[in-house]
Amino acid sequence: MPTESKHPEALDPVKANQAETPSSKLARFPADQPLELDSGVQLAPWQIAYETYGALNSDKSNAILVCHALTGDQYVASTNPVTGKPGWWDLMVGPGKPIDTNHYFVVCANVLGGCLGTTGPASINPETGTPYGLDLPVITIRDMVRAQARLVDHLGIDTLFTVIGGSMGGMQVLQWAASYPERVFAAVPIAAAARHTSQNIAFHEVGRQAIMADPNWRGGGYIDEDVRPTKGLAVARMAAHVTYMSDESLHQKFGRNLQDRDRLTFGFDADFQIESYLRHQGMTFVDRFDANSYLYVTRAMDYFDLAHEFGGSLPAAFAGTKTRFCVMSFTSDWLFPTSESRSVVKALNAAAANVSFVEIESDRGHDSFLLDVPEMFETIQGFMTGAAHARGIPAPGEAG
Amino acid sequence: MNLAPKQTRAGEVRGDHKVVASLVPLGGRVLDIGSEDGALLDHLVRERQVDGRGVELSQAGVNRCVARGLSVIQGDADKDLADYPDDAFDVVILSQTLQATREPKKVMRELLRIGKQVIVSIPNFAHWRNRMQLLFRGRMPVTKYLPYEWYDTPNIHFCSLRDFVELCHELDADVEKAIALSAHGNKIPVNAPWWVWNIVAEQAVFLLKR
Repeated sequence: MPTESKHPEALDPVKANQAETPSSKLARFPADQPLELDSGVQLAPWQIAYETYGALNSDKSNAILVCHALTGDQYVASTNPVTGKPGWWDLMVGPGKPIDTNHYFVVCANVLGGCLGTTGPASINPETGTPYGLDLPVITIRDMVRAQARLVDHLGIDTLFTVIGGSMGGMQVLQWAASYPERVFAAVPIAAAARHTSQNIAFHEVGRQAIMADPNWRGGGYIDEDVRPTKGLAVARMAAHVTYMSDESLHQKFGRNLQDRDRLTFGFDADFQIESYLRHQGMTFVDRFDANSYLYVTRAMDYFDLAHEFGGSLPAAFAGTKTRFCVMSFTSDWLFPTSESRSVVKALNAAAANVSFVEIESDRGHDSFLLDVPEMFETIQGFMTGAAHARGIPAPGEAG
Repeated sequence: MNLAPKQTRAGEVRGDHKVVASLVPLGGRVLDIGSEDGALLDHLVRERQVDGRGVELSQAGVNRCVARGLSVIQGDADKDLADYPDDAFDVVILSQTLQATREPKKVMRELLRIGKQVIVSIPNFAHWRNRMQLLFRGRMPVTKYLPYEWYDTPNIHFCSLRDFVELCHELDADVEKAIALSAHGNKIPVNAPWWVWNIVAEQAVFLLKR
């Protein structure tokens, strides 16, 4: 992940009220249109914040849904209003990019449980008039996807040309393909898995405990008390950030280099560059993310186990699917390793699905999917072109 | 397996690929094992409008295939065919790969299980040029078509055409068609008994059915 620089106008998303009234587009679902959650709760009213890029064609066959990762947002290819920084995947999505918005209609929504406009723990609980905090029911990946499906209905789109995303976004892609096979023409899960492993859950638990150990967390009620568990959230981010990189990339970037000093200080200041870097990552993160959202969204990932939903059989999740899949992993990703992608491919083969599987050579760890990795772009472009031909719509660069 | 004749110019379709394509039904569901850079699969998708999938051992080859819009996964004929259900494909193609598998018989059994029809192309180790090298030089054959030394060849299970036909009988597979080819992939236009083909053909394409 590129170093985040603290933007001078960086705002706390909660203070900036992005949780209630986002700068992006917004679909509101009133009390009589509840969202049914896996927990059994009917969530109502609820809202989903999203951005769109490009134009929907007349037969609505060129829509691509981009699903964001744990701390992503709907600003996939436009300036994030909180950080002032460019879209998180603007290397991939935009005019002339691999996902060409001159050609495709791209939709990206903030996930359920998020903090940039879709209903989440920082949203106002209509029953109390105060933020939900921990009164929001626990959210699952399937709940996120249900919410997105309602948005896609709202936009009048029947079948999505492609659903694509990395990491937790890739989990959503797999869930989409399993829950709504007839609505997904092509699916691209990147650096993802069909379940969260014990190790993945363990790292998340470390992060959550860091947040909850912060005295300012106040049992999740910090917004009401006008404090924020920034220290805990920063530590959570620091721990997580290490898992997004590889030993190799850390070594290359920082080695054992010292930060602005010639010798060790024999203290606990940030002697090493890596320490300084991580502290910076932690501090900038708290400016753009809500601590309770971090609890909810990490929990959703932990609960994800697609096979479980289908009686323990992953192939059953994809039985009879006509969706074209392109599964992608990265050699140095140890958080969502190639073996997890391979299990997905194995299950897709068992379902005789149309599947491509590409492992990309990269030494930059899990975060590779967000970075400038030309082979990834070429592969996705090629896959999308093949899918466009199969769908009978012109691919970028072709007449139409 | 790099056995393919390299004489073809860019954009030109290899002779053995044309022969394979002629055996594939229009619009069929096809699995091509050993896709290399996707040349055959691409030809089949374009010319025979197949619903085509590929399996390729080298990741670089897979990435090239996917980048050209083909559905290909990284996989190993020896290990990964077990994942597919019975009769998953109308046609399964194993092109110039059988001799490089660890367990050719097991691979053949899997092919016949997952494909309603199976197309296998193999190099003929009993070609006269190979026989001559063994007979007169007393050395393992190295030809333009089989360019490897014995110690670096990926081809660990060579057979003659007659050996292969024998294996098909053992597996209860019907040989529906057998087409003898030169090293260049051109059809050898002789109507000859097996023993002749077993000497003059450098490779052959078989269409098999359970």
